[in-house]
Amino acid sequence: MSVKVSMKVNGKPVSAEVEARTLLVTFIRENLRLTGTHVGCDTAQCGACTVHMNGRAIKSCSIVAMQAEGADILTIEGVANGNGTLHPMQQAFKENHGLQCGFCTPGMVMNALDFAKGHPNPSEKEVRESLEGNLCRCTGYHNIVKSIVAGARAMAASK
Amino acid sequence: MYAFEYHRPSSSKEALDLAAKKSEGKFLAGGQSLVQAMKLRLSSPSDLIDLGSVSELKNLKVEGNTVLVGAMVRHAEVAASPAVQKAIPALAALAGMIGDRQVRHMGTIGGSLANSDPAADYPAAVLGLGATISTHKRKIEADKFFKGLYETALEPGELITQVSFPAPKRAAYMKFKNPASRFALVGVFVADFGGNVRVAVTGAGACAFRQPDMEKALAAKFAPESVANIKVKSDGLNNDLHASPEYRAHLITVMAKRAVEAALK
Ligand SMILES: Cc1cc2nc3c(=O)[nH]c(=O)nc-3n(C[C@H](O)[C@H](O)[C@H](O)COP(=O)(O)OP(=O)(O)OC[C@H]3O[C@@H](n4cnc5c(N)ncnc54)[C@H](O)[C@@H]3O)c2cc1C
Ligand code: FES
Ligand code: FES
Repeated sequence: MSVKVSMKVNGKPVSAEVEARTLLVTFIRENLRLTGTHVGCDTAQCGACTVHMNGRAIKSCSIVAMQAEGADILTIEGVANGNGTLHPMQQAFKENHGLQCGFCTPGMVMNALDFAKGHPNPSEKEVRESLEGNLCRCTGYHNIVKSIVAGARAMAASK
Repeated sequence: MYAFEYHRPSSSKEALDLAAKKSEGKFLAGGQSLVQAMKLRLSSPSDLIDLGSVSELKNLKVEGNTVLVGAMVRHAEVAASPAVQKAIPALAALAGMIGDRQVRHMGTIGGSLANSDPAADYPAAVLGLGATISTHKRKIEADKFFKGLYETALEPGELITQVSFPAPKRAAYMKFKNPASRFALVGVFVADFGGNVRVAVTGAGACAFRQPDMEKALAAKFAPESVANIKVKSDGLNNDLHASPEYRAHLITVMAKRAVEAALK
């Protein structure tokens, strides 16, 4: 069965005819060609597919696109500033060497952005807990944690 | 995932009418269990009736001594609610321990209870607090709700609308997490209603169950030492690669003791 799905992605209204069983991540990657959102596991474990739905981090591989009907979606492509400079959280990942292969990074950044809104000056412990839904096979997490602490502080400072 | 027809009703009535017509259909709440099961082709409903736009199922409030949670309230909302944190802090804490942040932003109490995963957290609170589960046609006591592995008292097409939790004098939930899935290997919810004590266990059996020996001992004296020496029988407990029945039985006592300690703090 095909359905019409409409939502806002990175501020732009988009809509398409899709099969009802289309996952949100499939819609984002294959219909919209926004391939920054990754699929690492497809079983809700790794968080590489994390996007914001109405401001909250969710795993886009775990819902069908229709569940986002009418919603405001933010993907990693919508995070950098309009003039092309990095968002403070992205900058913090760069400065703290918070990535190696980079596969998990979009999901890490999207989850961290949502987390930082409620934690302007987080402890390492809080950051580690906030990352329960994100896996990284390269870094050992240490520098990711450092990046998020720095990014959260930078976000609070730039307000 | 097999194909299905998608519906987006805006009221419970509309959702129920659809459910009555589509006998192979299923309600869709957060999708955190159902969409996963469909991807694995463990579930193949003909129709999905998405409850995401049914606003009457989204209320969360505290009335007097009762916390009322609508079926579509997300785990993150219960965890972050100041009213719930004040009325039943153990319930807010439990909701904040479910899965991870992203799962808590989507997953709902109605979906969790209808699913009745043997390792889910909410069943421990529902049973431990003696909550009442309201559906569109009746009220079901917690003691009569959980029937077995992924099995509940719900009839086909029956819609959970709300769960009401009475506030205890004190309570706590202790969860020994499966480090990979974050589900409960064993979780124990202890609630003291002033003389009447309830102890509910999740993760250990086919579904959540009460532990009467501990309830009796704690009713006589609400202290960690009352449960510390209670040996739980391992007969019938879950056996998988994560833990043997004997280990789970042992964990029940350890978690119960820690829960009593936490409730007394
Ligand atoms: C990575 C991961 C980790 C998790 N960790 C935990 C954990 O630690 N502890 C834990 O408890 N859970 C955990 N979960 C499960 C999570 O809590 C789910 O959200 C929950 O089990 C199902 O809720 P849902 O709203 O997503 O329901 P859905 O998946 O949408 O639905 C589940 C079932 O309930 C039915 N249903 C939904 N709403 C109703 C209703 N109102 N009336 C009748 N039937 C209804 C559906 O038809 C379906 O059969 C985890 C999930 C994931 C993906
Ligand atoms: S791809 Fe979605 S959680 Fe791994
Ligand atoms: S940087 Fe390679 S998976 Fe995280």
